[in-house]
Amino acid sequence: MPKLKPEDLEQISERMRKMVVLREGAARAKIIVHMGTCGIAAGARKIMAAVLALMEEKDAKDVIVTSSGCAGLCSREPMITVELKGEAPVKYVDVTEDKTRQIFDEHVMGGKILAKYALAIGSERVS
Amino acid sequence: MAEYRMHLMLCAGTGCVSNRSLKIEESLEKELKKHKLEEEILIVRTGCNGFCAQGPIMVAHPGEIFYQMLTQKDIPHLVEEHFLKGRPVKELMYTPPEEKAPVPKMGDIGFFREQRLIALRNRGLIDPERIEEYIARGGYTGLAKALTSMRPDEIIKEIKDSGLRGRGGAGFPTGRKWEFTAKAEGEEKYIICNADEGDPGAFMDRSIVESDPHSVLEGMTIGARAIGAHHAYIYIRTEYPIAVERMRKAINQAKEYGLLGEDILGTGFRFDVTVHRGAGAFVCGEETSLIASLEGRSPEPRIRPPFPAQSGVWGMPTNINNVETWANVPEIINRGAGWYSQLGTDTSKGTKVFSLVGKVKNTGLIEVPMGITLRKIIYDIGGGILEDKKFKAIQTGGPSGGCIPEELLDLPIDYERLTEAGSIMGSGGMIVMDEGTCMVDVARYFVDFLRGESCGKCTSCREGLESMYQILTEICEGKGKESDVELLEELCAAIADGSMCALGGTASNPVLSTIRYFRNEYQSHIRDQECPAGVCRELIHYLIDREKCTGCLLCVKNCPSDAITGERKEPVNLNQEKCIKCGICFEVCKFKAVEVK
Ligand SMILES: Cc1cc2nc3c(=O)[nH]c(=O)nc-3n(C[C@H](O)[C@H](O)[C@H](O)COP(=O)(O)O)c2cc1C
Repeated sequence: MPKLKPEDLEQISERMRKMVVLREGAARAKIIVHMGTCGIAAGARKIMAAVLALMEEKDAKDVIVTSSGCAGLCSREPMITVELKGEAPVKYVDVTEDKTRQIFDEHVMGGKILAKYALAIGSERVS
Repeated sequence: MAEYRMHLMLCAGTGCVSNRSLKIEESLEKELKKHKLEEEILIVRTGCNGFCAQGPIMVAHPGEIFYQMLTQKDIPHLVEEHFLKGRPVKELMYTPPEEKAPVPKMGDIGFFREQRLIALRNRGLIDPERIEEYIARGGYTGLAKALTSMRPDEIIKEIKDSGLRGRGGAGFPTGRKWEFTAKAEGEEKYIICNADEGDPGAFMDRSIVESDPHSVLEGMTIGARAIGAHHAYIYIRTEYPIAVERMRKAINQAKEYGLLGEDILGTGFRFDVTVHRGAGAFVCGEETSLIASLEGRSPEPRIRPPFPAQSGVWGMPTNINNVETWANVPEIINRGAGWYSQLGTDTSKGTKVFSLVGKVKNTGLIEVPMGITLRKIIYDIGGGILEDKKFKAIQTGGPSGGCIPEELLDLPIDYERLTEAGSIMGSGGMIVMDEGTCMVDVARYFVDFLRGESCGKCTSCREGLESMYQILTEICEGKGKESDVELLEELCAAIADGSMCALGGTASNPVLSTIRYFRNEYQSHIRDQECPAGVCRELIHYLIDREKCTGCLLCVKNCPSDAITGERKEPVNLNQEKCIKCGICFEVCKFKAVEVK
């Protein structure tokens, strides 16, 4: 370990930001993978793995990934919900690893809802 | 680092480790593996969470879900339900006494909600053994600021302006102490961190060192720069093995990162720290005894002046501060004196860490703003008195503190007000007592502790405490005389007058405060040979209420002296001659048929 200079502290903080965000719960965006028994059967674990790989690949720092139970629409699993700070949550259904990548790029990183895969925004249907 | 979506903050403080939290960790590892979650979910061993009564404790992020009283058999279900399927498990959450349903989020639980964390800012949020986690939460930026953009006198001014006072007991203004040491003449100057923590039942300092050792090191390094010291000792008692180990690791990491040793942060400043293990006598915490002990002499206090700031370790100017005092320093430098001094009262700024124990529902370690009322601490944070009994007194300040009664519960606490009330802030012990506590017995208990811990150097302390103990024992046995209370008061004054250190100086508090607020209890013992709380053995006897007794014979089975006899389904008989007043019958009776008179 090279000896630190004052400016290195900032760099370490930046590198460790994800840890702080996760523990303090102060994220800009939250991705929820639905992991009920139905979700897991439909491949939610793979989607979770894909999301986590994207987190690393894109070095997304202010994003939290969590799991939650069945959303009540078992036929449309796997399902993920994206929630940007201050905006209504958006549910995406029948997701695949490929769709997950697009949703991640466009919505989580880019801030634009990917309407073609979305089921509902908040509780309202969009398509 | 792989991406973890979840961090499980498992408490590995002394309390939770004794409650087998490391076994919980084993189970967690096994179950996470079973579900192939080990690369998604990280287990982090943290320092003390504070809510020790509920251990083993684990907080799951994101969501800050608070799990408590975990056992190994809970883990398979918890991992599958919450960590895999995302459904938090209610049965393992905490239901505060005032609520009906479990409260999932830690911050929403009353015990935590009223707290304000400065000294304990990182508790439970970092792995104390990883310096990067400390840095990630702003650690060592205070030091960087102090070393690169502040002159030593500016650092001292900042600490003075903040109003920070010593958290080890006496409450001396920290900035002024630094200034004395800075101005003192000496070839070398020393810094000491007092982590002796001799008060029985106190664990504030242990907890800080266990949960955030770097906060103490950073504070000490800032102090060293301010006063011009290059060496420090941390005096930790040997009974704190986890704290010693964490501190040593922290020192090594800091050295590796260039945050201790030569040329700190590339600024040319040098400072090194040595851990010294103390053998654990109460008086070793007193600064002049501590210094004697560090130097290898027997730990006896000496007369001051000269103060350590003038002549301390090896006769050199030495600045000694308590663990909690040091832990506050980086935040003050970082955020400024103005920020810090907004909190608290006129004379006492910032926050104070207390260990809240005794007859309250929620026991543990708390940090609260100065000026908070005792009532808030006992009822909002502590959740009220156990079994909803009546509150009687709160003892603050450790063995040489005093007992504060019900009528003063709305007292906003700070150094001066506690002293006026006949107690002290001390290092932050708080013991809550209910109606079943005898105040004479309490005074005797603390005097007994102090008489055992008096180093014996000053006659007034050594002999005076012994005499007080004898008198208090006689009162408890119903052999007290009318003149005893007055005699106790005189002894108190004499001990305080004739003792070199504050052990003798404050030893009178437990006695004087109980006389002041509970004089009638002394009188009942002396005049009527009665102990109103039903505690003093010589003054009580147990009776069987024949109406309530169902003849279950549980007391008969448990009585160690065969004093109770009887037939099934018939009220039992208690032979007073044989009764040794152990109280076991009273404890085991399910029908409240045993009375104390
Ligand atoms: C009998 C006795 C025991 C003490 N024990 C401790 C102790 O365990 N820890 C501590 O920090 N200060 C203890 N003190 C207070 C120290 O003498 C000293 O005031 C303190 O360490 C200074 O640090 P501070 O200004 O940061 O409070 C004790 C004092 C007395 C008289």
